[in-house]
This record gives sequence, C-alpha cells and structure tokens, in this order.
Amino acid sequence: MSPIQDGLGGYLTLVLAGVLANEIWRWFGVAAGRRLDLDGRLFQWVRAVALALVAGLVSRMVLFPAGALANVPMFIRLASFAAGIALFYVTRRNLGFGVVGGAILLLLAQIAYA
Amino acid sequence: MIEHRTTPARAFLLGLRAAYSVAAFVLFATALGFGALARDTGFTLGHTAFLSLTMFALPNQVVLIDQLARGASLASAALAVTLAAVRLFPMVATIMPTLRGSTRRPLLEVLAAHFVAVTTWIEGARRLPAMPEDVRLHHHLGIGVAVCFMMVLGSVTGYLLSVGMPPVVSAALVFTTPLYFILSLVATAKARLDMAAIILGCGLAPLFYLIVPGLDLLATGLVGGTLAFLWGTARP
Repeated sequence: MSPIQDGLGGYLTLVLAGVLANEIWRWFGVAAGRRLDLDGRLFQWVRAVALALVAGLVSRMVLFPAGALANVPMFIRLASFAAGIALFYVTRRNLGFGVVGGAILLLLAQIAYA
Repeated sequence: MIEHRTTPARAFLLGLRAAYSVAAFVLFATALGFGALARDTGFTLGHTAFLSLTMFALPNQVVLIDQLARGASLASAALAVTLAAVRLFPMVATIMPTLRGSTRRPLLEVLAAHFVAVTTWIEGARRLPAMPEDVRLHHHLGIGVAVCFMMVLGSVTGYLLSVGMPPVVSAALVFTTPLYFILSLVATAKARLDMAAIILGCGLAPLFYLIVPGLDLLATGLVGGTLAFLWGTARP
C-alpha cells in the first residue's frame, strides 16, 4: 500500500509537502545572499550559524540516530566516530581514509559484538 | 605569470568531476539508505527518484516520507519538512556572494541555489576559491549536476537492492554521512571562529534535542553560531 495516491495526485502531494516546503529556503537564501558582503560581520555570523547547524546535525545523527544505525550500540557509534576522526589526522587529513575507515570499523565492531 | 583563461564550459566540466569525489561516494552510500527506506514505507521507484531530483536534500526527504508514511496531513508534513529545510537558508546565503561574478544572472542563481545542500556546500568551500570569480557559478552548477546525479542513482540503486541488504551493512553506509560531514567541516575550517562554531554545534545539539525536539537544529545553529561569532570576533 502506498501512503500517497497513485499517479499525478501522489506527485502533487510530494510537490506541496516536500519540494516547495524545502525549496523556499533556497529562494530566501538567494535573496539574502545578494545583500551579504563577504568580509562583513553579518556574513561571518550567518556562516557561524550554518556551521553550528551542520555540526549539530552530525552530533544528532551519531547520538540519536533513526533507522538502521539505531540498532548499533552507542559505544560502538562513538568509538567508530572517534576512530574515523583519528584516522583522518593520522593520514594527514585524508577524507577518504577517515570516512571509509570509520564506517568499516563500525561494521566490524557490530559483527563482532552481535 | 602565464594564466590560462577558464571558460564557463570548462569550469562546468571541471565541476562535473566532483562525481568522483569522496563526497559523491558518501552521498551515494547515504542515498542507498534513502532508497531502501522509501521502498520499505511503500513509495514507488518514480517517487523516490523524483524526490532526490527535486528536493536534493536527503535528511529533508527522509522527514517527508517518514511523515507521509505515518499518515500525517499534508500541512503537518509540509511544516516538518520546512523546519528541517531552514538549514539550507544560511548555506545558500553564504555561498551566493562567492558565486556571483560581476554580472547578474538571476535564473542561473536560482538554479545554482537548488544545487546547494550540505555536500555541495562543503565541496564548494573546497573547490570554489581556486576558480576565477566569473566562472564560479558554472563550476558550482557542474558540481551540483554531478552530485545530484549520484544521489538519484544511489536512491534508485538502494530501492532496487533493498531486499536482502543486511541491516549492519545499511548501518555502516548511513554512518559514512556524519563522518564525512564532520571531517569536511574540520578540513575546510579557516578561522578559530569556524572551529568554535563546529564544537559548539556538536555540543549543544543533544541538549536542544532533549529540550526543544523539532526546533533543535535551528536553536543549535542560532545559539552556537552566535556564541562562536561573539567569541571569535571579540579580540582579534
């Protein structure tokens, strides 16, 4: 059973509840970005807000995950997260090693634990 | 000094190469999870691809299908999505001054804004400063098209593969996202203000998640960002 109607009606639901509700913030961003000066204090503040928000998203994903990750115990999530960051620094700030290494450690730890 | 002029077309093609980045791989892995979730909650393959193409913001897409699958009304689903989408606003507002050259291109700017999500924002911070100002918009569009393509491909693949994927594998795939986000933020952080915002964001989010669930990211961004700004600009 689909949670929305078949055909065009379903897509209309997706556009109204999803696409427009989502895209409107990008349009506001274009309008606001026109008035921002790259060296100004307002720009620095907006940038700090964006950084804190994305960092917050990260910590929420690790500490309070939804879906498949929720079945992995907290200590495995935190240890793999820390290990990924450590790998990143050990490999001279290599993104690939940090990301893939951390995920593989989570996989192995979960298999060993379960 | 010999300087090669970068044409808009070349800048766009260089942007397309972002399809072969760690960012695109991580996004692909995360999109697999979204595809699997969409099938699990009863959406069609068409819906799944459509949402990745038109919303291009995975966490918000997850919020939408989660709401609809729980039988939420159109209005409450839209409200949940729009609250999650507020984070796009500061990202677009801060990337726009970097993108715009000397000429006004309103339509291209709106299109470029569609391709702003955490992944392309981070990739943009890494790649855009090396580009000449007048072709940054085209370069960003190239990155956006490449990354969006990988997201659609990932969600379709995840939808088709979802039957039979062990949960521990999906968990590891989902886990690449927070790791990629945090490492890229750290890798592109410039001033001490940036690091302060990242650390405060990580620390405040769980607190606000427990106090004001639903508004937690907004509160984290505003409070954490403002504190970092005040501290970072207090004494140079």
